[in-house]
Amino acid sequence: MSAEGFSVLYPYLIGLSALLFTLGAIGVLVRRNALILFMSVELMLNAANLAFVAFARALNQLDGQVFVFFVMVVAAAEVAVGLALIVTIFKTKKSTNVDDISALKG
Amino acid sequence: MATDIILFVILAAIAIVCAIAMIITRNAVHSAIFLVIVMATLAIFFLGLSGPFIAMVQIAVYAGAIMVLFLFVVMLLGAERVGAQTGMKWQVPIALVLGVILLTVAGLLLVRAGPTTVPSAATSSFTSQVPGACADDVKQVQSTGTVIGTPCLVGDQLFTAYLFPFEIVSVLLLAAMVGAIVLTRRPAESKT
Repeated sequence: MSAEGFSVLYPYLIGLSALLFTLGAIGVLVRRNALILFMSVELMLNAANLAFVAFARALNQLDGQVFVFFVMVVAAAEVAVGLALIVTIFKTKKSTNVDDISALKG
Repeated sequence: MATDIILFVILAAIAIVCAIAMIITRNAVHSAIFLVIVMATLAIFFLGLSGPFIAMVQIAVYAGAIMVLFLFVVMLLGAERVGAQTGMKWQVPIALVLGVILLTVAGLLLVRAGPTTVPSAATSSFTSQVPGACADDVKQVQSTGTVIGTPCLVGDQLFTAYLFPFEIVSVLLLAAMVGAIVLTRRPAESKT
């Protein structure tokens, strides 16, 4: 690998980031398992992180990488609470299918 | 240059294929493993984009901690096998069409939003906020003309320019920890 690394390819990295984000969004729309839904959300966050780092490299600054750090912290907090919610719902509903969780429907 | 392109194409293909496989596969454990592969390829991209610290954090926090938590919950619930898609078959084509629209719009906007020229000399404006801190890293940045996200430089930014957000996310993590414990606590214990 040359000293430039992937910096010269950054438009393609942004394109890859957009593609991964779209795949995550499709996953949220298509799948009904709450766990897979969460994994798709994680995929979208990762795609955004890739865009952050690619832009940080293109602008030759460090702020993008610091922001990725914060995104990771928020993702960790979200996963901790979200998985606790899924476990609690599974105890009562015996299912991780989001269509079964319709008790609030009018 | 040429090796970079080859490496990029291979890694991008792995990431895309594993992301699609994560959505398609019926087994939740397989989905988690595919997502780990996607995160590992992204960590290699971060390394190539001069972010060694963030690449290691990606491996340790995402591929390590978060995905292990996912696998724990999947196996705890015994939800590896998920049944056939229940109803709402019409959602799939609509989701695909919306996804293609999102991809075109987001891709166009993101690619056009970026800087047209990569500033290489602008690195001289980047210096450590604390005098004397990370002297070796700062010297390397100034000699190579590339800002490298070493642990020392990222930490320097984190504890000077981003100190207040850093303290906020520490409170957020504490709140998430308390929330997770409260949510999964057994009701019987709450009566005592």
